Amino acid sequence: MYKQQPRQMAAEDIEDLVQGYQVHRDVYISRDVYELEMRHLFTNSWVFVGHESQTPNKGDYYATQIGDQPVIQVRHSDGEVKVLHNRCPHKGVKIAIDREGNTGKFFRCPYHAWSFKTDGCLLAIPLKKGYENTGLDETENVKGIKPVGDVRNYRGFIFARLADEGISFEDFFQGSLSSIDNMVDRSPEGRLEIAGPPLRYMHQCNWKMLVENQTDTCHPMVAHESSAGTAVKIWESLGNPEPRPPAMEIIAPFMSPYEFFEDMGIRTWPNGHGHTGVHHSIHSDYSAVPGYFEAMCEAYGEDRAKAIMDENRHNTVYFPSIMIKGPIQQLRNFIPLGPDKTLVESYIYRLVGAPDHLLARTAMYNRMINAPTSIVGHDDLEMYERAQEGLHSEGLEWVNVQRLYPGAEEDFSEEAVENGTTERQMRNQFHAWAKFMTATMPRRTELQGEAGQ
Amino acid sequence: MLDEGRYDEWIDLWLADGHYWMPLDYKQTDPHLVTSFLYEDLFMLKLRVERLNGARTFSQKPKSRCHHVIQRPFIDRTDHENGEYVTNTSMHYIETRLDDQFLLALTATHELKQVDGKLRIANKRVDLLNCDAAFGNIQLLP
Repeated sequence: MYKQQPRQMAAEDIEDLVQGYQVHRDVYISRDVYELEMRHLFTNSWVFVGHESQTPNKGDYYATQIGDQPVIQVRHSDGEVKVLHNRCPHKGVKIAIDREGNTGKFFRCPYHAWSFKTDGCLLAIPLKKGYENTGLDETENVKGIKPVGDVRNYRGFIFARLADEGISFEDFFQGSLSSIDNMVDRSPEGRLEIAGPPLRYMHQCNWKMLVENQTDTCHPMVAHESSAGTAVKIWESLGNPEPRPPAMEIIAPFMSPYEFFEDMGIRTWPNGHGHTGVHHSIHSDYSAVPGYFEAMCEAYGEDRAKAIMDENRHNTVYFPSIMIKGPIQQLRNFIPLGPDKTLVESYIYRLVGAPDHLLARTAMYNRMINAPTSIVGHDDLEMYERAQEGLHSEGLEWVNVQRLYPGAEEDFSEEAVENGTTERQMRNQFHAWAKFMTATMPRRTELQGEAGQ
Repeated sequence: MLDEGRYDEWIDLWLADGHYWMPLDYKQTDPHLVTSFLYEDLFMLKLRVERLNGARTFSQKPKSRCHHVIQRPFIDRTDHENGEYVTNTSMHYIETRLDDQFLLALTATHELKQVDGKLRIANKRVDLLNCDAAFGNIQLLP
């Protein structure tokens, strides 16, 4: 299928789709808007690629995508992690065919055997004589596999910006990096390691519905009544036996009352990042794991160990497309595949130096909440897909995100902490969405200028 | 039994400490320290079944239906003395809801145990042929 070219839109057209407390339905269902997201939003912002432990040794690679762009994360011979476009500069064949592997000292295109160093530089072309005096040296193609605009390894998490120029990593994430810090600090050695392949869950809905839902605290007790509510009912019918079954510890907190979610707080940072669970969260009440606190005290001292473990941030959204859960060492990557199709990959990490029981709990959480076979996941997916269908209704054009809206003067330029049921974080995301969508988009006057020439 | 939605009768076949395991990875050996699709004890299986009957189970309005097409099971291990058996069954599992229908090819391994003259399920493992594929909701039990 040829790559669809979106309808020409001016920055103002995009800005008009986000109006303070409401978002136009085109943001979720328009093919044009989706194509513009791929070209602008996922190009101008910093997007999660993978964890460095997915490519621990030189030559290890992992193939994924940023927006709709196929990319390779690879460990270069100098030990650094590089991110390259997964495209042979010759005729376009994807260089990395397996999802992951080791390519040795160089990549070799499986079609014509052009070969490249693991930083993308062209190494050799078979029968090179055939290119003498053809001007190949003057082309873009001869430079090798193109690297992305910029890459940053933050405490093991690899982020990339596709665009050559744009906002710096620090300016983009600012204080939000504290959630990654806390997740990594939970390892007595300050290090995480990937634990097996991710769960892959296909959703027939727009990717933003999933991202929004990560800080939506008014749906659990409603949408998850069938899973979490039923769990509580069964436990009560058994006479509330202790110790609680693992299912109760993980699933039951979803049924906490509105007050619990109001009190837990939501923190937002500039550029669309934010998290639920400022004061406590659904992860606060997990049973202690023997030996863990001792290991943390030995590594950090008691006060610092306590401070790290007392943080129970629930979901931290790193705009645009991942969520991490510090207390349970998980990362969910929301990969857009179309305006109405999203792949969710749910990864789990081992806390290096911590008891295995913590990883067992992480794996349990993942299969109970994030699997295509998970009853909790079923509750959510049903709502997203119903929304994707419902938004085609001509009855109303706008989606409402007005909960605890302070008015048009709402300011996202500073960190803020608010009531845990606010929809501020969703508004924050859409504010950032418009900002990075339009950062390199022509304004109406420029388009008119072009038309007039 | 599962095809007919007789879940309570199916639950009664299980021994109290049994687990239903559906690995995520081909030939996975560890249910605890890497992710699985399912690794559920009897509490979770009861929750699953109870939920299917619930009034506010929105993802089951309307309800899903399933169909298991089962090849003759092979008996991998026979221990008459202790009344323990391991069987291996190839099957095609079809699940349908509204306009969607999907097919899973799988192998089910049952550990069975004779208790009070009745054959009971001690453990069940389901290996999906396409375990590395991305799925939408799989709501019933392959």
